[in-house]
Amino acid sequence: MSDPADLTISEAGAAMRAGALTSVDLTEAVLQRARVTESELHAFLTLDQAGAKSAAEAADASLAAGDDAGPLHGIPIALKDNMCTKGIETTAASQILSGWVPPYNATVVDRLAAAGAVVVGKTNLDEFAMGSSTENSAYGTTRNPWDTDTVPGGSSGGSAAAVAAGSAMGGFGSDTGGSIRQPAALCGVVGLKPTYGLVSRYGLIAFASSLDQIGPFARSVDDAVVLLEAIAGFDIHDATSIRGEVPNFRGSLNEGVAGLKIGIVTELSTTGIDPEVKAAVSRTVDRLSDAGADVVDVSLPSCEYGLSAYYLIAPAECSANLARFDGVRFGHRAEGLTTEDMMAATRAEGFGPEVIRRILLGTYALSAGYYDAFYGQAQRVRTLIRRQFSAAYEDVDILVSPTSPTTAFPIGDRTADPIAMYYADVCTIPVNLTGDPGISVPVGLDSKGLPIGFQLMAPALGEERLLQVAKVVEDQAVFTDRAALATSEVAS
Amino acid sequence: MTDYEAVIGIETHVELMTDSKMFCGCPVIFGEPPNTTTCPVCLGLPGAMPVPNAKAMEGILKIGTALDCEVAEISYFHRKNYFYPDLPKNYQISQYDVPICHDGSIAIDVDGAPTMIGITRVHMEEDTGKSIHMGGGGRIHDAEYSLLDFNRSGVPLVEIVTEPDIRSADQARAYGAELQRIVRTLGVSDARLEEGSMRFDANISIRPVGQEELGIRAEVKNVNSLRSLQRAVAFEIERQIAHVEAGGTVVQETRHWNEESGKTTSMRSKEESEDYRYFQEPDLVPIEVSAQWRDAIVAGLPELPAAQRARYEALGVDNRVAGVLTSTEGIGELFEEAMEAGGDARLIGNWLSGEVVAWTRNENKAVAEAHLEAAHLVELAGLVADSTLSASAAKQVLGGVLAGEGTPTEVAEARDLVQISDSSVIEAEVDAVLAAQPDAVASIAGGDMKPIGFLVGQVMRATGGKADPKQVSDMIRAKTTS
Repeated sequence: MSDPADLTISEAGAAMRAGALTSVDLTEAVLQRARVTESELHAFLTLDQAGAKSAAEAADASLAAGDDAGPLHGIPIALKDNMCTKGIETTAASQILSGWVPPYNATVVDRLAAAGAVVVGKTNLDEFAMGSSTENSAYGTTRNPWDTDTVPGGSSGGSAAAVAAGSAMGGFGSDTGGSIRQPAALCGVVGLKPTYGLVSRYGLIAFASSLDQIGPFARSVDDAVVLLEAIAGFDIHDATSIRGEVPNFRGSLNEGVAGLKIGIVTELSTTGIDPEVKAAVSRTVDRLSDAGADVVDVSLPSCEYGLSAYYLIAPAECSANLARFDGVRFGHRAEGLTTEDMMAATRAEGFGPEVIRRILLGTYALSAGYYDAFYGQAQRVRTLIRRQFSAAYEDVDILVSPTSPTTAFPIGDRTADPIAMYYADVCTIPVNLTGDPGISVPVGLDSKGLPIGFQLMAPALGEERLLQVAKVVEDQAVFTDRAALATSEVAS
Repeated sequence: MTDYEAVIGIETHVELMTDSKMFCGCPVIFGEPPNTTTCPVCLGLPGAMPVPNAKAMEGILKIGTALDCEVAEISYFHRKNYFYPDLPKNYQISQYDVPICHDGSIAIDVDGAPTMIGITRVHMEEDTGKSIHMGGGGRIHDAEYSLLDFNRSGVPLVEIVTEPDIRSADQARAYGAELQRIVRTLGVSDARLEEGSMRFDANISIRPVGQEELGIRAEVKNVNSLRSLQRAVAFEIERQIAHVEAGGTVVQETRHWNEESGKTTSMRSKEESEDYRYFQEPDLVPIEVSAQWRDAIVAGLPELPAAQRARYEALGVDNRVAGVLTSTEGIGELFEEAMEAGGDARLIGNWLSGEVVAWTRNENKAVAEAHLEAAHLVELAGLVADSTLSASAAKQVLGGVLAGEGTPTEVAEARDLVQISDSSVIEAEVDAVLAAQPDAVASIAGGDMKPIGFLVGQVMRATGGKADPKQVSDMIRAKTTS
């Protein structure tokens, strides 16, 4: 492949250090891909061409001066538009934040800058990360680069689509109930949700604080490791971030799976799973077994309540998190005779229907007289799920399942049926409730030519083992297909 | 006629004077231009997250420990949800079912009747910003528009809630005063009521004496001094009794104390009681207080006002004076220093609580601004003890010292207030007065002692106040009754 936009991060990094490629050329190739694909794809809400260009120039200059910031030096990446970027509009794909320019950077953004990364732009999402298709964006739907009549998944659909299409070498999303892993599966890229607390949430516009976690999109497991390394670690600004040394993520990356015990979660792999997805998962498991892993079935019955618990806890937290959008200090403001009228009108105008639905659900779930039956009960289910997962990890090293019950579905297919849309997260939600890490790795295409994702899960801070097994899955799947929009005939 | 008993509980908010705010690094300073001590966290900007201030936690632990509370090993922050423009996140980070300190007490003494007031809970929260209502009467309902200042937003706020143990307006005031003294002694807040760094809300109900069940309570807000706490509670008790006596029933409501009219007026009914939808704050982890931390707090506590008062009283200072010495800024320190230098406790205590406090009020200055040192007080007490100055002359000398006229000896000389030590000089003045007042002398000789005081006064006037009145009195007595 001759277009630098299609290189992996490690390939591009090697070429730059060999003097065969500059960050400016690489960034220009990626921006060119974006210019060509965006009219169809709409992965970006803001494409910061000038900013990216000057960051790339600076990266080249510092590398030439011998100041090498590491594997992300000069690499163009994309950020989901719910991460605050100082001086760059940040909307969370909501009308209520239209035109809002943050006065500060999210910790992740600062860390990426320190790692030498070049931000090409801010990507589309479901409004406030609430959705599974990116159709809930107030600024238009992102399309799947494999088939532009289908959704890219969500809520981090823009970052997933950009990485798949080559309009970014790597991307970052946030995962509250599957918002990194599910779009990664639907777009045929690697998507990692780290352990809760491993990556700072400071500057991430909160959806559900006890579930949200930032993580990377990449075109390979190796690239995912590099992207994770740049952002992981304790942050003084996030009281829930994990203290202590950042664990080694690559220590056992190439050690294979011989002797490891892998459990297939029955409850996430049978009912409601598309037969082609089921078959791909089963082929993947067989290959792991061939590679020397001991594969067993694991039953985690509490997973069946995961979706219900999630759709109480996440809306409850969002009802408080989104209360600050009131028109008083920033963002959109509607007219009103009294302050209360102004706030109510601002919120009615500024929020889309899915956001309003979840705020109402959450407000109800926390109300006096209902708290115990809804929010309290959901927290008890969460505890139960946590216990069942930790019990399972006493016996197995890694748990696996499909990432998404289906491959990419047609745009508009589920917008009228919120419950059908919520069901897209059924396999990914459990590890958000437990706080454990999970990753989606592409393992093949269905008969429509759409990618299928395979999910791997590990106990908290078990990223090293998770990535080790993901690497084997990747190696054996030999998933070399590229999205239609990324092929050079379309792109160049 | 029924006899009624008032049942009062007080909620107090105390702003802690930490270097930085509760959940961000912004400084806690007052009087800065609006919205200059703010950041994404205390402005509630999207994405910002709270990080608890360890110094503030130390402050609340000091308060809780001083109030003899139990300290929870693990407690939690909750979100209290309500929409208000000066509350940037539209939720306040507070504590709910497990406060950090609970079940304490505070001893008060009203007219020699000691009472224990139970402390239900002491919890940590963050302050709101300030709404400034422009136009109209400065209150929201008739304002043309409102401005917001978020400098105060996120200042650490401790809420202290009593049991309904208070029975009178005097007790309410005594509780408020003692709590203020304790907080100031701990050095965690300046606890100024006028400036709002300490704020009281009083919950007041009445019930017929002997009835167990509590009456319906009204909550009185906007109480900005100890005096208005007392007046507001007294007014509200009278209002409720009069209302019930007239056949009415007390309704649960929030009432506003108006300082000028001396009345409370209804602000809002609590019937549509707000549902704050509390839930555990997911951006923060539970607060853990180790035994070690608790022990360090206990070990580091200063002497509390009650213990200090007892110590002063043991030195011969009377109860009321001891109260002033332990509650007036700068006064206690001078007293302590003077005691260390061996000064007379009773005399110096009286001067500090009397003349010196009066001077600060009249001059509207702090004690520190007076030209008064502990050494001056000790010197002055010495001048009284060796009869160089009379008690009244000493007070005049103290006035001169406060005004910066010099040391007590210098002021006494400059103002010519030194007592006449030569008894022949005094005797001459006495003889002159006796000679001039034969009627008075005759009365005394006849057994009526009343004119002695008059004659002493005449001698004092003749000596310009510099004679020792006791010596003069003795001399007159000797000369007229022999």
